[in-house]
Amino acid sequence: MNPNLVDFWPYLILVLAGFLPNEVWRVLGLMLARGLDEDSEILVWVRALATAVLAGVIGKLILFPSGALTTIPVQVRIAAAGLGLLAFFLARRSVFAGVAVGEAVLIAGALAFSP
Amino acid sequence: MSDPAPETRAVSPLAPFFAGFRASWRSVFVYVLFGTFVGIGALAHDFGFSLGWMLLSTALIWAGPAQVVLISTLGTGGSAFEAALAVWLSSVRLLPMVIALLPILRTEHTRNRELILPAHLTAVSMWIESLRLLPAVPPEQRIAFCNGIGIGMLASSLLASGMGFYLAGSLPRVFAAALLFLTPMSFLVSVTRNSRLLVERLAFALGIALGPLLAAMQVELDLIWSGVIGGTIAYVVHRLREAAR
Repeated sequence: MNPNLVDFWPYLILVLAGFLPNEVWRVLGLMLARGLDEDSEILVWVRALATAVLAGVIGKLILFPSGALTTIPVQVRIAAAGLGLLAFFLARRSVFAGVAVGEAVLIAGALAFSP
Repeated sequence: MSDPAPETRAVSPLAPFFAGFRASWRSVFVYVLFGTFVGIGALAHDFGFSLGWMLLSTALIWAGPAQVVLISTLGTGGSAFEAALAVWLSSVRLLPMVIALLPILRTEHTRNRELILPAHLTAVSMWIESLRLLPAVPPEQRIAFCNGIGIGMLASSLLASGMGFYLAGSLPRVFAAALLFLTPMSFLVSVTRNSRLLVERLAFALGIALGPLLAAMQVELDLIWSGVIGGTIAYVVHRLREAAR
């Protein structure tokens, strides 16, 4: 094959398999938001929908992750998320405290329990 | 300039843009994104993608989980079709987020094409910070402010993913895992922080239970269902409570 074409191939895959399937949701959102008022009742439902989908993503990223996270035992991932959330509440709703404690528990747990 | 009329509305968009840019760098998310994208850059390097490809994918996709899914699906030998389907399903959250954000940005003078950039920049971190900060921004400055937040976050992510690409070989495995854990951990606490109304808290609790449950049951379109079921139950409870008052 033409070597220039070989270099170009991963970028085509990026657009077709990464950019377009992802961007289609934003474009659809752009079209559907057109007639909506900031205070309309349907937006309360849409925000509830967005929150629930996002929560679903969070749950899946913790329980069924990809990449290097798969090497951390699931119990460690759950404990890290739970203790991080607890730290967030104890530290007067500090996002930084929650993330820092969650990460510390994950690293400590991974070092203690991983093969 | 003989006609001063357009001047009354044409506030320079640069000031609110830079205000948004600075706000993004004061947000805890810019550090979370930095760590996350060091992890994503290292992941892309490990699976043999080029630096240019990885940077372009950060700017074009601009949704961490989708990018991880794309890189790991292609990197572990999955087909382009398989990757496209997985990305498409993981990104459904962007649809209600864009629909919820754009009406806050729009004024009666707004042209639709001005909303294309904020729609593209919509990602969880930008969305959470925009919803938190925009109510204090004058309506005609909101698009520029929002673009500032998004571009600020994207800039830090591009820088971080480039660093991660070069650090890749020297990152210990546990550290690489900890970087990828930043995404669910920061989403978890910041969505909890932003959920102040009953309808949001309920939607959050239902979604975090339904997402993994439906995925474990291998229900197709699991995320769409967890959103529709969880979001709708939360909304119905909210309406019933309003009616009972």
